[in-house]
Amino acid sequence: MLRLDKVSKIYRVGAFGGRALLAVNKVSFEVHKGQVVSLIGESGSGKSTIGKMILRLLNASEGKIFYNGEDIAGFEGEALKNYYRQVQGVFQDPFSSYNPIFKADRIFKVVHEEFFPQVSDAEWGERVEKALSSVGLNPAHVLNKYPHQLSGGQLQRFLIARALLLNISFLVADEIISMLDASTRIDVLNLLADLKAYGLSILFITHDLSLAYYISERAVILYKGNIVEQGAVEKIFNTPLHPYTRMLMESVPRLDRKWEKEITLVERDVENLRRGCPYYHRCPVGEKRCAVDQPPLVEVDEDHWVACVHYESGADLVKPLSLAGQEPHTVV
Amino acid sequence: MAFKVENLTVYYQTLRGDVRALEHASFQLVDGEIMGLAGESGCGKTTLGHSLIVLFPPMKYISGRVEVDGEEIPIWDAEGMNTHRFRKISLIPQYAMNAMNPIRKIGVMIRELLESRGVHYKDILPELKRRLDLVALPHEVLKMYPIELSGGMKQRMVMVISSLLNPSLLIADEITSALDVATQKAVAEMLVEFRDREFVKNLIVITHDISILYQIADSILIMYAGVLAEKAPTRSIIESPRHPYTRLLISALPEVGVRFAEKRLQGIPGNPPLLLNPPTGCRFRERCPLAYERCLEEPPFIEVERDHFVACWKEYENHAQAG
Repeated sequence: MLRLDKVSKIYRVGAFGGRALLAVNKVSFEVHKGQVVSLIGESGSGKSTIGKMILRLLNASEGKIFYNGEDIAGFEGEALKNYYRQVQGVFQDPFSSYNPIFKADRIFKVVHEEFFPQVSDAEWGERVEKALSSVGLNPAHVLNKYPHQLSGGQLQRFLIARALLLNISFLVADEIISMLDASTRIDVLNLLADLKAYGLSILFITHDLSLAYYISERAVILYKGNIVEQGAVEKIFNTPLHPYTRMLMESVPRLDRKWEKEITLVERDVENLRRGCPYYHRCPVGEKRCAVDQPPLVEVDEDHWVACVHYESGADLVKPLSLAGQEPHTVV
Repeated sequence: MAFKVENLTVYYQTLRGDVRALEHASFQLVDGEIMGLAGESGCGKTTLGHSLIVLFPPMKYISGRVEVDGEEIPIWDAEGMNTHRFRKISLIPQYAMNAMNPIRKIGVMIRELLESRGVHYKDILPELKRRLDLVALPHEVLKMYPIELSGGMKQRMVMVISSLLNPSLLIADEITSALDVATQKAVAEMLVEFRDREFVKNLIVITHDISILYQIADSILIMYAGVLAEKAPTRSIIESPRHPYTRLLISALPEVGVRFAEKRLQGIPGNPPLLLNPPTGCRFRERCPLAYERCLEEPPFIEVERDHFVACWKEYENHAQAG
């Protein structure tokens, strides 16, 4: 349905854009119909940049993004509008998605005027009410209000309802839960899961591993714009292989287990690592060759891909490395 | 008792009347206790934290007393608090990223800060350097501007500054929420380290992330709509919560290992009440599945078990029956 093929994004940074920052590096993955794929990474991992490229808010510097086999970079005019009829995004901060001067339901009116001018006002009103009920809001309570009169959870559901009105088939959900309270957070998550049952595909961008595990089938772990591990969500969570994924899994605070006392934190001073493994500067099992070659993403088990030199040789090694107690290798 | 709050009530003044953000808060901490303070946004947890440090308008002190090491702290007196702030009670602010003066080098800023409290920078420098080592910051940061530090480094720097004069109570307000999981873990563990090394006697860790508290806190206080709902040792709050709100809150948390297809979690229906004219009686009444007539009166915050306090009539009755 949606396929990224070696997509890269380079930002020009510094005074006069003199420096290049590789935010996303040759990322390829696919999202099938009715599938939820989680994109997991820290801040600065390039996860939001990928979402924005899919939504055409940014252009890819290299590589292509295909939607149902068509390159999205080629869409213009009517074709682009048609694309947005099917692909929409919801973002982290619901308050900044609204113009505070207008009432919140203006977003529905804009959709009406832009995409469905032939639909009568009365029928549109019914559709809006139906969409609002399907996201668990009571239309009488939330229509005709300004953004500040609604809660974060309500505004976030408004935006999902807006996406539903367009009959979308692909949703980019960029950290949509992190601003919500624990008690409403799970409702929005359940809503997404219900929509998936109707065939909606979702790219779920998050830094919270437990949320990703709850909702998605596949996960893509990003580090500094590179995919370090991807595959079926059970495999990644139960047998994380890449040292970075394992560090993430061990530091996530859980209610059923206390943190292990120590994890080896390594900081190697690597001057501007252009080649080599992106995680080398923090990796407890890094070796000399890691500084030179970037390991490719290889399939080590059915639907489980890892980019780490320790798993290059083949499937007989599919056992997590021991990370503790190893002396970090020093750079020469 | 190292730290004690009795019947603390703080309102916010607005044009439409008082917002009753914190009412009748009473609790105490034993020496060395790390207490987590959790609840939804708008439940009054930050109000409680800040009222112990800076009670400026629109915040309005209504009643209550606060004791640190047996001595009463005049939290209603913004001027009088000057001698206690930083020395007795100190705060790590929510946006530590922006908490430092951007046009001063960090060392200069610390010197000014210390001199305003009558402490010589030179006297404290060796200790400051030891603490920088402890949080894994190079000494050179003192010659740097805040903008040169990463988010995690700024957070650690502010932690060192806030605890420099060994306050009796240190309040950490949502300090982990903007950090990545790995940094989050490191920062949370440093808080415990500060307590273990007796830089601070007590810690109040304000957060909405209960799973972090499970890792580091000795006890957890749950607030709802401006009142205390439950306080108990961490294990009891997580494994055998008594207040209906705490129970619903804990069961709504997604955990690693729970999947939608296998177990559908439930949120808490409804919204917290507005605190401008909060409902009488139990404030959780409208969302509570167990509510009955008696909930029209305000439930007392009582100790139903050793160190386990709950404000719920059902628990009150069970407790009365049991003996």
